[in-house]
Amino acid sequence: MATNEEILTKIQEILADALGADEDEVSSSATLVGDLGAESIDFLDIVFNLEKEFDIKIKRGELFPENLAAEGEGLAADGVVTENGLAKLRERLPYANIDAFAADPQVDNIQDLFTVDMLVKFVAAKQASGA
Amino acid sequence: MRWIWIDRFEELVKGTSARAIKNVTLAEDHLHDHFPGFPVMPASLMLEGMAQTGGILLGDLHDFQHIVILAKVPKVTYHSWAVPGDTLVYDATLLDERPEGGTVSVSATVGSKLVAEAEIVFVHLDENDPELGSIDQKNFVFSMKLMGVMEVGRAGSGKDPAGELTDETSSETDES
Repeated sequence: MATNEEILTKIQEILADALGADEDEVSSSATLVGDLGAESIDFLDIVFNLEKEFDIKIKRGELFPENLAAEGEGLAADGVVTENGLAKLRERLPYANIDAFAADPQVDNIQDLFTVDMLVKFVAAKQASGA
Repeated sequence: MRWIWIDRFEELVKGTSARAIKNVTLAEDHLHDHFPGFPVMPASLMLEGMAQTGGILLGDLHDFQHIVILAKVPKVTYHSWAVPGDTLVYDATLLDERPEGGTVSVSATVGSKLVAEAEIVFVHLDENDPELGSIDQKNFVFSMKLMGVMEVGRAGSGKDPAGELTDETSSETDES
């Protein structure tokens, strides 16, 4: 079983490759979209690479849910994610730092939930569950 | 001009590999315009042919239920070039596929010379996808027009005296 540090190292390689970023830019707290310039298309590439590298299966929408903001009623009002919405995000993105996001829960900031750290935790949990 | 960058689809092993060829000819304008005085097949169009070969491989896997769109080329390396008279052979291998799309690796060779290698990511879109309208159709790897390339062999070899398309002719083509 790989440690989180080993997982981080491999994820740094994958992201540097997929996003054309320098490995030292790919810090644990870096956001995929804001800091590393990922586009929606890159998410699919990243999922392919994570599956291959860690020998895991990632279901559609499991890691990067599509259309989070549009999903369900009451998730957001006036561009701000509601309490209900935050609860839903915690459910859908259990490895994201929702507490930090809750400080300024703009819908536009949802993409900042996708961080390098989130990927590391996701992969660690996947491997632990043997999926 | 038709956006078909393969001349003949040669082989398809469902869900595994595909092979197509592209003959490079001086009659094509882009050879003259690309590097004047140095007529070579533009690398970008080679990539397009590689994507069409790989896109058909992926599309066939789901019996062409999805529109296959070239999303990303994570890796491409050009080792050499192709000149008029060359036949480029595009060999595509399916690396990965999932409901959202797939990845192929494709090589382009002329004889035993490796000309280019690429890894290409495609996404699936469905006809009723709300995002479909916002996408420039030029980005589609194939439309039904390109699919005509699969039928090329059906013209037969010309050896059939009646010159008619018979089932026998097409089955021979399939086996060759």
